[in-house]
Amino acid sequence: MMITNEYIPFISKLTELIKHTDMEYTFRLTCKGKVKPGQFFEVSIPKYGEAPISVSGVGDGTIDLTIHRVGTVTDEIFKRHVGDTFLLRGPYGNGFDLDLFRNKEIIVVAGGTGVAPIHGVVDYFAYHPEECKKLTLIAGFRNPEETLFVEDLKRWQKTINLIVTYDQADENSGYQVGLVTKYMPDLKIDDIDNTEAIVVGPPIMIKFAAEALFNFDFPEEHIWISQSRKMCCGLGKCGHCKVGDVYICQDGPVFNYTKGRTLID
Amino acid sequence: MGFQLTKAGMDSLLQQWSATYDIYAPKVFAGGGRFSDTDCIRYGKINTAAEIVWDKKSLYSFKEVLMPISQTLFYFMENECKEADGPKKGAIVFLRSCDLHAVQRLDDMYLNNGPTDYYYARIRDRIKFVLMGCSSSFENCFCVSMGSNESDNYNLAVNVTADGYTVDCKDKTWTEMVKSAATAEQDVVPDHVTENAITVTIPKNLSIKVNDSTMWNEYDSRCINCGRCNFVCPTCTCFTMQDLFYSENGNAGERRRVWASCMVDGYTDMAGGVTYRDKNGQRMRFKVLHKVLDYRQRNGYDMCVGCGRCDDVCPEYISFSHCINKLGKAMEEVSK
Repeated sequence: MMITNEYIPFISKLTELIKHTDMEYTFRLTCKGKVKPGQFFEVSIPKYGEAPISVSGVGDGTIDLTIHRVGTVTDEIFKRHVGDTFLLRGPYGNGFDLDLFRNKEIIVVAGGTGVAPIHGVVDYFAYHPEECKKLTLIAGFRNPEETLFVEDLKRWQKTINLIVTYDQADENSGYQVGLVTKYMPDLKIDDIDNTEAIVVGPPIMIKFAAEALFNFDFPEEHIWISQSRKMCCGLGKCGHCKVGDVYICQDGPVFNYTKGRTLID
Repeated sequence: MGFQLTKAGMDSLLQQWSATYDIYAPKVFAGGGRFSDTDCIRYGKINTAAEIVWDKKSLYSFKEVLMPISQTLFYFMENECKEADGPKKGAIVFLRSCDLHAVQRLDDMYLNNGPTDYYYARIRDRIKFVLMGCSSSFENCFCVSMGSNESDNYNLAVNVTADGYTVDCKDKTWTEMVKSAATAEQDVVPDHVTENAITVTIPKNLSIKVNDSTMWNEYDSRCINCGRCNFVCPTCTCFTMQDLFYSENGNAGERRRVWASCMVDGYTDMAGGVTYRDKNGQRMRFKVLHKVLDYRQRNGYDMCVGCGRCDDVCPEYISFSHCINKLGKAMEEVSK
């Protein structure tokens, strides 16, 4: 049997660069093969190393990686221009299974860079609203300057229920102000047994958003979260992402809440 | 089939093997010990049977043969990545029963946990194991408790006798070669210990609840997170990626993977400053429970093989086996 060498990256070309903020860009990169939103790639910058980046969108022969500039590797990634090449490995991890959400009511709660892993799911159902019963997205950002996917949010507004809220913003500016959980008690859930929720963001946000859902008697097996950890291989070998008996890179990064809540680092 | 071998007979086997195999065994690295004028027993290539150390435990395990401390994966060229070559020869490894059990752990990690690891598999496919019989237990060993004191999945097993060796050959491709080097045929059972001075008991009710025990706190100050316990452990498999460039401004370089330790700072660091398990006691908890709890939940058997090397090497005299034996009380504490 021929064993594939999973460690050798392939060359991918940067075809489009979308600048959301000074710190967050979406890189559209060429990539063949089947990729699910919420899966991740290891992006290599030779000499600087690799960083695991989640897939925020899947196009025809391309993938979108929305990257927060926060470390050695991402600093280098941000120096690249359209036409430059990257080295990628992946996709790794399970990602979001769109079939799970078809013909259901969907509630998505996301904070900050956490909007990236759910972008692909929301974008799909915003384009195909007939494939789900209802989609509500509550997206929270620190302040209006740090909003991601501004153009998409405008477009999504036409086909989904969208609430964008800011931790800090001028009350008189017309923006909605407050944490994502502030808007959750007002959620209208028609059929709780046929509703799936996705919650992605900082651990503390996930905790309180889940509690807000439980106030509706929302079953925890219908809640999905995405985790992130240090990952050097993406292949279940390097050990850095292990939490208890779970390897985030193999068993996740998307987890049902029933499993996700049991993870103790 | 079992045989008697003289020292010269063993040397002739090593001689014949060396044409196609590198032979690894525990040997003396003179002056390589942790203190001045002390030696270190660790794995290295050997040519003669006399080099093999039988009367002491090796400080490090055999695992560096299968997963080198630093392994080049590929080279960055101008516009491509070129895979690094593997070893030219296969490998024959002399090891004890606990370590042979450890091979199963390495296999399950590198071959079965996720996709097959290319670099591990290419060495693993060309490796043979020679079991070194244990006539007595060493300090800190608890192989009997972990069920790793006996093995039968070896290619050859060797016992040391007064004037040579007795061997049991299970590898049919070797039988003729061993037979012609032997002085006589004889049934041979590999030497193995049936009791150790140290026994451990893993509580049957051990669960993740033990995370909340206060037992881990003592290691906050005792442990200095040096990571030696991980590096000597035959079942620890973690690594970190590292890029190395040959000159500051050049484009030529390589990507390596190097051993990593869950006890050492930086193991969980993510870009942006998020880290997990700041305290050494929590790192101890993570390591210990991997060895005796969560690995079993995932693979059906315990990871630790009871070689006791972590206890041998710890500069703070922290004992892993004593820690396991505290788990029963800790479970009582958290079950109240």
